[in-house]
Amino acid sequence: MHIDVRNVTKRFDSFTAVRNLTLDVRQGELVALLGPSGSGKTTLLRIIAGLEHANEGQILFDGDDAVARHVGERRVGFVFQHYALFRHMTVFENVAFGLRVAPAERRMSNTDIKNRVMSLLSLVQLDRLAARYPSQLSGGQRQRVALARALAIAPLVLLLDEPFGALDAKVRKELRRWLRRLHDDMGLTSIFVTHDQEEALELADRVVVMNQGAIEQIGTPDEVYNTPATPFVYEFLGNVNKIPCTIANGAVNLWGLAVTAETVDGAPVPAGSAAGFAYVRPHDIEIVAEGTQRAIVRHVGAAGPTARLELEVAGVHAPVEVQLIRQAFLDLGLKVGQTVAITARAARVFPARS
Amino acid sequence: MTVVAARTPFWRKPSVLPGFGLSMGLTLLYLGFIVLIPLAAMILRAAGLSWDEFVGVVTDPRALAAYRLSFGASFVAAVVNIVFGVLTAWVLVRYEFPGKRFVEGLVDLPFALPTAVAGIALTALFAENGWVGQILAKAGLKVAFTPLGVVIALVFIGLPFVVRTVQPVLQDLDKEVEEAAASLGASRLQTFRHIILPAILPAALTGFALAFARALGEYGSVIFIAGNLPMKSEIVPLLIIIKLEQFDYAGAAAIGVAMLTAAFVLLFMINLLQRWSRSRIGAF
Repeated sequence: MHIDVRNVTKRFDSFTAVRNLTLDVRQGELVALLGPSGSGKTTLLRIIAGLEHANEGQILFDGDDAVARHVGERRVGFVFQHYALFRHMTVFENVAFGLRVAPAERRMSNTDIKNRVMSLLSLVQLDRLAARYPSQLSGGQRQRVALARALAIAPLVLLLDEPFGALDAKVRKELRRWLRRLHDDMGLTSIFVTHDQEEALELADRVVVMNQGAIEQIGTPDEVYNTPATPFVYEFLGNVNKIPCTIANGAVNLWGLAVTAETVDGAPVPAGSAAGFAYVRPHDIEIVAEGTQRAIVRHVGAAGPTARLELEVAGVHAPVEVQLIRQAFLDLGLKVGQTVAITARAARVFPARS
Repeated sequence: MTVVAARTPFWRKPSVLPGFGLSMGLTLLYLGFIVLIPLAAMILRAAGLSWDEFVGVVTDPRALAAYRLSFGASFVAAVVNIVFGVLTAWVLVRYEFPGKRFVEGLVDLPFALPTAVAGIALTALFAENGWVGQILAKAGLKVAFTPLGVVIALVFIGLPFVVRTVQPVLQDLDKEVEEAAASLGASRLQTFRHIILPAILPAALTGFALAFARALGEYGSVIFIAGNLPMKSEIVPLLIIIKLEQFDYAGAAAIGVAMLTAAFVLLFMINLLQRWSRSRIGAF
């Protein structure tokens, strides 16, 4: 199913959760809505599901206006953040619910319901626990029941609200991989909400980065990570050093690297001298034998495949983070307290917001 | 090195909470003074009768009619209250409307009002020359001084119980669960029937038990509206008073014991029912 969100605005009293947002999700895509809490991502998901009504704008499912359709008629599978399982029903009955409440003329026979539920439960590897109650399951198992229940009604769209938020790291990783496979096998169109950048980057075909009810950037994980469109995306996705600098005639010399300043909305960079920020990823900083910028090593974290250094750089308030691959770190033989020279391989500069 | 054995008695699970002995002792003492000793005294009084005398008093046709009325009217009143109590709780929890606080206050009024006042007010209202009684009389319905009047008085005093037990449960009900049901295609009615009702059932049953128990013991409001005709509209508590006024203390105690036993068995059964419905929900 092709989902078309057009100029949607949603207000709660005085607070605008989603402002004039337009988004296009193609058939078969797995899209992540990524943003900090309060960025409107859950509200947007609920509007698409029909659990919330937009004040303005349109939601089109395959070109048809979905707003007029009640949530139960949209063929949307919704997985809630806290699963929202029916506590007084067994796992089996939870999954069967959507089939049992179907209008009489469309309702399956009991045998068909039983077969479908059991095949869904074996799909989520819970067929042995069909007779249990939700309170007797672990978090990961509840999550899978919620998923099986949503899939029972053969949805065309799967919407997931922070699907792995409450699970521990290992289960999360497993479920993530498994959801990806499920999505591909069933030919679903899926949207999930997350505030976990790693999850979004690993799982999604496209990532929608949201901030204050609007989209900051839409792109593949590679695009949003490597070419962030705005300072917000830079700061939200991945580690980044934010170095205050002075833009002179539209350019900055950052530790020996000349960078042209750019603006978010394509507006001209202020002429003359202006305050700005340079964004440099930790792995884009190089430690060199000779350079214009000196720094003092303040902290060394050598565990893992990359070494993490914290440097003190004159004129920069926060410690500057540097990531080196392990071998480079060993070759340099860095110690805490040592003075080194640094340069940047790549950086982007935005004028400070006035 | 000596090993110090845990000195927890076999009937106690080891616990980090202090003060078990003191608090349990005080609780037992309190319950003993307030509940057990008076009840034991009543049973002792009734034991002054021989077995045949006891059976005679307890199965007297007038007493049987009174049991029927007391238990029947209390049951009907509790059933009425469970239906309208759940409805009232629903309205109070789910909707915002002007005067909501006022309605909240109204619900508690039967708790606060001296029951005799309520009895007099209801009698005045439902008597054949009262506001409501007039209208009902035209329809051929007589309320005051009939068992129906008893039921109305008992509905009145039992109203707060179901509302106040169901309300917090309804308030805590996860909205997401209802949304989940809706997203799976359930209608509002199906959601209520299959999702909400099972969740509030234990609380509603508790409210039912409380309203029922309260109605069984009610005296003040009923005697005004009941008319107190022997065999027809006489409740058990009134029968006991009548026996006391005739200085038939043993007879009064005997009927009291019969009432107590029946009430205990009924409440115990309701308790089992509640436990069963609760066990089907399980807590996260």
